[in-house]
Amino acid sequence: MRTFLIRRLLTAIPLIIVVSFITKALLVMSPGNYLDNLRLNPTISRDYLASMERIYHLDSSNVFERYWYWLWPALRGDFGYSFTKTMPVWTLIGERVLNTLLLTGSALIFSWVLAIPLGAIAAVYRNRWPDKVIGLFSFFGLSIPSVFFSLLMVLFAAKTGLFPAGGIHNQPLWTSMTGWEKFTDTLWHLVLPMIVLGTIGMAQYVRQMRSEMIETLSQDYIRTARAKGLSHWRVVWKHAVGNAINPLVTLFGLSLSTLLSGALLTEFVFGWPGLGLLTFDALSAKDEPLVMASVVLLVVMLVLGSLIADLLLAAIDPRIRVE
Amino acid sequence: MIAVSGKTEPSALVRPVGRTPSQLFWRRLKRNRTAMVGLYVLAFLYSAALFAGFLAPYSYDDAVTELSFHPPMLTAVKLFDEQGRLSRPFVYGATQTDPQLATYQVDTSRKYDVRFFVRGDSYHILWIVKSNIHLFGVDAPARIFLFGADKFGQDVFSRILYGAQISLSIGIVGIVISTIIGLLVGGAAGYFGGAVDFLSMRAVEVLLALPGLYFILILRQLFGSGLSSTQIYIIIVIILAFIAWATEARVIRGLVLSLKENDYVIAARALGFSHWRIISRHILPNTMSFVIVTATLSVPFYILGEVALSFLGVGIQEPEASWGNMLTAAQTPRVLRDFPWMLLPGVFIFIAVMAWNFLGDGLRDAADPRTLG
Repeated sequence: MRTFLIRRLLTAIPLIIVVSFITKALLVMSPGNYLDNLRLNPTISRDYLASMERIYHLDSSNVFERYWYWLWPALRGDFGYSFTKTMPVWTLIGERVLNTLLLTGSALIFSWVLAIPLGAIAAVYRNRWPDKVIGLFSFFGLSIPSVFFSLLMVLFAAKTGLFPAGGIHNQPLWTSMTGWEKFTDTLWHLVLPMIVLGTIGMAQYVRQMRSEMIETLSQDYIRTARAKGLSHWRVVWKHAVGNAINPLVTLFGLSLSTLLSGALLTEFVFGWPGLGLLTFDALSAKDEPLVMASVVLLVVMLVLGSLIADLLLAAIDPRIRVE
Repeated sequence: MIAVSGKTEPSALVRPVGRTPSQLFWRRLKRNRTAMVGLYVLAFLYSAALFAGFLAPYSYDDAVTELSFHPPMLTAVKLFDEQGRLSRPFVYGATQTDPQLATYQVDTSRKYDVRFFVRGDSYHILWIVKSNIHLFGVDAPARIFLFGADKFGQDVFSRILYGAQISLSIGIVGIVISTIIGLLVGGAAGYFGGAVDFLSMRAVEVLLALPGLYFILILRQLFGSGLSSTQIYIIIVIILAFIAWATEARVIRGLVLSLKENDYVIAARALGFSHWRIISRHILPNTMSFVIVTATLSVPFYILGEVALSFLGVGIQEPEASWGNMLTAAQTPRVLRDFPWMLLPGVFIFIAVMAWNFLGDGLRDAADPRTLG
């Protein structure tokens, strides 16, 4: 177990180095830098610009040199200050990443809670109308663009007023709220973006669950359980579902990247102040330290996600051991 | 005795009773109703995109600012006049009553016939055929906005048709590029193994480990801004294909690994054929059905990728129309609430992606021999 963990975490190191190098190289090679906009502002002194350029080595276009100037402090935990917000990058990212985790985490729970029963029902009623309805529904989730779905939800919110049309909390009242009110207010703002992300993510889980269930239901031990006189649904829920879930856990590790990409668009439409929105703005402003830090964090999140998936799989499936 | 004369095709006599694999494939596909629905919808959408100039009453950048956010007229096209008599289809003129709220007053005294094959903005079909004849239109100064107008008073219906040219073609161009790369890299990795395999598969792993859309955005900013629409189009295709080839290469590598152990490959090698000939003539043709399935299922990735980039403002720029950048205009709750027709491009994205998924699923079922039983 410990050697497995150590080995998995060690293999993540070259990945992070390659990805951060590619990112840095792409940033360095792209035209212009953060100072270009400041140069247009006559109130900013030439001296300041020159010193900024020197401190951050923005005058060098040597990719390796620039990467080294980022990597060396980063190895010691210093990822620098954001150019635009003049704050340490981790302070900025810290609060944003929690918002993103809240959104993606709740979307994941939403999709699992719905996908497992829907997939199981589709398999039990294979090729009959419940299966067809669920199949159509999963095609819907698979095909609807997150941008369009988010906009539909904003339209729904704007028309009915049942839900807030954007943001993460009620800004004017936020400071005067009690802890409980803050909690419910955030949940209230979470509902629509969570439904969007969750429905889109659910589609593939439903399809996978259905095919796994069909496979499982034809196994001998299911027939044995039936022969022992157990009720139909008890066999389905107790004996089949538990075994059919395993491959879904693997899928979870693979789908994290899609989930984070979808979160960026959803955050953009809903004005949800998460990591995606922050990174997008940082990219537009060429805020290099911020982009680099959030890319590293994203890769770490993906690596940890697939690691968690593997550990979960080992925990629920006795045939698999981590060694 | 004609039958024994040398002129008779021997194959005509010994042709086996039965069907070729591709005929079987097509038969299985035809039996799948959802896949066929997908195919027909796609045929319809793609021909609409091809003839966008003819079907659209206006050009994509034909703006009338006085008619900003004019509501849709699809249901306002009248077939009966005031006396209730059947007449040519016509529409009433409308004048803006409040430019701030974009409200319109229908003026029943001004009647405009919907005319067919009218002359208007000039356009090209496939860069070759130049024309200015449109399927339908109304006489100036009136305008026909079947799906309403946007902020600049441009016809949403026309822009959806022109946008389809960009948003729908990007997937086709993209899968051609990524399939070629995937076949070359995957084929070489599977066939040669060793260092080629190791290096290309590590590259694939890095690409698959990257956080998708974030990396696409980072790649996009490499090219800067202030580019022409054609340049941006090419850049988007290249970026998306650069990400998408990885999945295809991995699938093809796996197939090649098992195919290269077959007797006919060993025979071909014993005959002294070149590696290139063995890969291209003996191995890759056998991966075709899988390649087609993977390619079809990855078209939505391109369509959604273009939509995402254009929606975020780093893709196709105004005044050019794409389904993604048209949705950008619908971003504020106020526009959404008062002018919901601005969401119509989203409906078309949804339909197109759904149709590709239907078709891809059907192709997969048809290609998979296990579904035969």
